[in-house]
Amino acid sequence: MRAALRCRDLAHRYGRDVWGLRDCDLDVPAGRVVALVGPNGSGKTTLMNMAAGLLPATTGSIEVVGDTPQARLDRIGFVAQDAPLWPRMRVGDVLEIGRCMNPRFDAQMASDRIERLGIRPRSRIDALSGGERAQVALTLVLAKKPELFLLDEPMANLDPLARREFLGSMFEACSGTGATVLYSSHAVAELERACDYLIVLRGGHVRLVGDIDDLRMQHRVIRGPVGWLDRGGWDVVSEQTMAGQTTALVRRDDTLTLGPGLQDASPTFDELVIGYLVDGGTARPQEVFA
Amino acid sequence: MFRVDAGSGVPIYRQLVEQVRRDLMLGRLQPGAQLPSVQEVVDSLAVNPNTVVKAFAELEHQGLVVRRQGVGTFVAPSPPLTSMSASPRLLGSLARWTDRARQEGLTEEQIRMLLEVVLDGSTGTDDARRTAGGVA
Repeated sequence: MRAALRCRDLAHRYGRDVWGLRDCDLDVPAGRVVALVGPNGSGKTTLMNMAAGLLPATTGSIEVVGDTPQARLDRIGFVAQDAPLWPRMRVGDVLEIGRCMNPRFDAQMASDRIERLGIRPRSRIDALSGGERAQVALTLVLAKKPELFLLDEPMANLDPLARREFLGSMFEACSGTGATVLYSSHAVAELERACDYLIVLRGGHVRLVGDIDDLRMQHRVIRGPVGWLDRGGWDVVSEQTMAGQTTALVRRDDTLTLGPGLQDASPTFDELVIGYLVDGGTARPQEVFA
Repeated sequence: MFRVDAGSGVPIYRQLVEQVRRDLMLGRLQPGAQLPSVQEVVDSLAVNPNTVVKAFAELEHQGLVVRRQGVGTFVAPSPPLTSMSASPRLLGSLARWTDRARQEGLTEEQIRMLLEVVLDGSTGTDDARRTAGGVA
């Protein structure tokens, strides 16, 4: 298995004691569509920026497609939050710069895509809507034909149809070339369709990482009268009590038997993600390597 | 031919596998029929291609479909499933029963619940009748 992104003991410290990311160990297999999820300030953007070669590692190491990000810049397609582009330039000029600076740039594909989206090459960037600007940035990145896409909330400004169109382009890029996509989003409901690999960050730590179907297999949601958790020795991720019933996301353990009155189900994608996002226990080493 | 219910407890690749199984059992898919390509499913559902590939691999593993390199994916000549197409009488009586249930004012949800109660009550129908009375 070739890793598209590999982090070992990776950390970045912003101030004297402000850690953007800590103890980060990750192996993202090539060809996956990876959801990067976490509350604001959890380290998503820090990780993206480090993978894009824009932020140095304070400790540890990060590898993109087998080398340092700086050595792999031509294989990385990065769109930062809010798709920043030079505001006074025209769309056509932005694409031309992309062509000049990237040896594998597919200029035909880029201009075709812009035309299909109804964006005029003569329009200035600052005259575009947020959604159109995002589309121009994504077009630049798609035309670059990278092996690793790093997309920081790429769909935040897109309407539902444009989101679908964008995901389609993304999927096409993956299935055609085996590229890997790492993309962050707060729209958890959308991620289940789009992604097959999940990274949950919280407070600068990796709380969960793995193949989404595997992760769902490895967890259960159990519900029962208050107090059931105190018996039985479940490995609890998070729990919630409401109206006399305690619902908990636990790590599956087939050696344990369910007591009477307990309901047991496989977690939905939302339950899995939310279960790791909420403040419900401390990160343990096995979670990091799960 | 596929639908996806994101947010359900069932992984998307499982949903796709179950839908093919169901269509096979109901005779909607016949041996030799061609399934849509991965790309077509990806385009119509906006789901990740890896998920669709995984579903097709699972169907192949179950012996329900065969993949011909460069041609496409087809229903196996004799898929190891019991077809239900041979029981129109059973379907007919279920349809009549469902109509009666609707006439008696049962909602779709209640009808489903009744069916589940009867299916779960393997020890006898007395329980089912009592519960059914309660629901109605």
